[in-house]
Amino acid sequence: MSIKINRYKCGYCGACVGVCPKGAIELVETWVEVDESTCVACGICDRICPVGAIEVMK
Amino acid sequence: MKDRYDVLVIGAGPAGSIAAKTAAEKGLDVLLIEKRQEIGDPVRCAEGVSKEYLKKHVEIDKRWICADLNASYIYAPDGTKIEMAEEISGGEVGYVLERKVFDRALAEQAANAGAEVRVKTRATGLIIEDGSVKGARLMHLGKTYDVRAGIVIGADGVESKVGRWAGIDTSLKPIDMETCAQYLIAGENIDQHHCEFYIGNEIAPGGYIWIFPKGEGKANVGIGVLGSKTGKFKPRPVDYLNKFMEKKFPDARIVEMVFGGVPVSGSIEKTSTNGLMLIGDAARQSDPITGGGILNAMDAGKLAGEAAYEAISAGDVSLQKLEEVYEKPWRTTLGHDIDMSLIVKNCFINLSDEDLNSLAYSLKDVKFERMSLLDLLQALFKANKKLLWDLRVLFKDAAKEVVKNKM
Ligand SMILES: Cc1cc2nc3c(=O)[nH]c(=O)nc-3n(C[C@H](O)[C@H](O)[C@H](O)COP(=O)(O)OP(=O)(O)OC[C@H]3O[C@@H](n4cnc5c(N)ncnc54)[C@H](O)[C@@H]3O)c2cc1C
Ligand code: SF4
Ligand code: SF4
Repeated sequence: MSIKINRYKCGYCGACVGVCPKGAIELVETWVEVDESTCVACGICDRICPVGAIEVMK
Repeated sequence: MKDRYDVLVIGAGPAGSIAAKTAAEKGLDVLLIEKRQEIGDPVRCAEGVSKEYLKKHVEIDKRWICADLNASYIYAPDGTKIEMAEEISGGEVGYVLERKVFDRALAEQAANAGAEVRVKTRATGLIIEDGSVKGARLMHLGKTYDVRAGIVIGADGVESKVGRWAGIDTSLKPIDMETCAQYLIAGENIDQHHCEFYIGNEIAPGGYIWIFPKGEGKANVGIGVLGSKTGKFKPRPVDYLNKFMEKKFPDARIVEMVFGGVPVSGSIEKTSTNGLMLIGDAARQSDPITGGGILNAMDAGKLAGEAAYEAISAGDVSLQKLEEVYEKPWRTTLGHDIDMSLIVKNCFINLSDEDLNSLAYSLKDVKFERMSLLDLLQALFKANKKLLWDLRVLFKDAAKEVVKNKM
C-alpha cells in the first residue's frame, strides 16, 4: 500500500486535501505532503486530482 | 508576533481578510496569518463576481477589475444559445477580478484597520484545552510558535484542516467537489463584455466550461467537473479542457494555468465549536450550482468578525454563544441561498444532454431582459414537467417572495 504524488505534475491546488477522509494530506506551500501512517489508500484523492498527479496503489 | 490575541484568523483569502478587518474595526486585537508567501497567488479562481453584491463589501477599485460584463450566454450541448442580460443572470456575472491584486487589497484593508498580518505563516495544529479551542500552533520560516487567542477563525479554504483539528469533519465526497482546470489565454481578442458557459455531459460532466474575459483581449477559460464523474480511468478536467481548447481556440497562447477544487456540498452540519468558527470555503459555503464562493466567503467573514466581537465582549465563546451569533445568522441568510442552489445542483447533475437541449430550446426566446419569474416558470413547465417537480421547493420559496414583496 502506498501513495505517490508526482510533484512535477501537481498544481498545488489543495483539492486532494479537501476530499481525503483521513486528513492525511497537507498542502504546505507549493508541494503536497502525505502522512503515510494515516493514509488508508482509499484512492479518493487520486480520483479528484484535476491533473492526475496522484497514484495510489493498494 | 505576540503570543496572545483576541482573534486569530487562519487563511488570508477573501473570507479571512474580511473577518480580520471587521474584528479589527471593532477594536479587537487581531492576527491574520497566511501560509503562502504571496497573498492571492497562485490563483484558484475564475474571478467572476456580481457587481451589486461586491459593492456591499468594498469600494470598487479599478486596479483589481479586469472586465465589466453586461451579459452572459449559456450554450446547451446542441449549441442552442440562451442569452441573459445582467440583472437576472444571477450572482456570477458582473466583474471579472484580478484576484492576485484583489486578495492583497483586502488583506491590506485588514492591516489598515489594525490587524497584524503574517505571511509564510502556516497553522499546523490547534491548542485545545478543556474542550475549547484556545489558539493554534504556527510555523514561520521553519520555527514553531504557540499563539493563543480568545477566538480562532478558520478561513483556510478548500484544503481546510482547522475544522478537522477541532473535531468537525469537513472532508468532502467526490460528488461534493467540482474539480477544475483553467487557462488564462491571450492572443484571441476575446469580447470583453460578456461571459460564456457551455454545459453538457460530453464536454463537462456534472459541471460546465466557462469563458470569462480578463481584459486586453484575454480570458479565463476553465472547466469544473463533478468529482464523482471523473477519476482514474476517466478523463480529467485538464483533458476535457484541452479538448475544448483544440476546438474553440486552437491557436490561443496559454499564459497561466490554474487548478483547484470547489466545494459544492451545500451547507454542512456544523461550522463552529467552542472557541472556533469556520468561514468561506473552509465552511463549504460556496454556491453548489455555480461554484461561486468569493462573495459568500466575504459575507461569512463579515458575520464572523462581528460575532467574534459579540462573543468576546460577552466573555462567552462557547459553542452555544457562537451558534447564536454566527451559525444562526449565516444559515438564515447565505445558508438559505446555498440550500436552494443545492436543490438545483442535485437536479442538474442528473439531466441528460437531451434534457438540457430541450430546456435551452424552450428558454431560447424568453425575453430575459424583462424576465419575470412567471415567464421562466412557464417556459420551464413547457420544457420539462419532471424538472419542475424536482425544483418545486424553489418555486414555493419564490412564490413566498412574491407575496412578501406585494405586501
Ligand atoms: C477554478 C476555480 C474557479 C472559481 N471561480 C469562481 C468565480 O468565478 N467566482 C467566485 O465567486 N468563486 C469562484 N471560485 C471559488 C472561490 O475561489 C472560493 O470560493 C474563494 O476563494 C473562497 O474564499 P476563502 O477565503 O474561503 O478561501 P481561499 O480564497 O481559498 O483562501 C484560503 C487561504 O487560506 C490559506 N491557508 C490554508 N491553510 C492554511 C494554514 N494551515 N495556515 C495558514 N493559511 C492557510 C490558503 O493559502 C489561502 O490563501 C472558484 C474556484 C476555483 C477552484
Ligand atoms: S489535487 Fe492534484 S494538483 Fe491538486 S494539490 Fe492534490 S496532487 Fe496537486
Ligand atoms: S488514498 Fe485516501 S486516505 Fe490516502 S491520502 Fe488519498 S484520500 Fe487520503
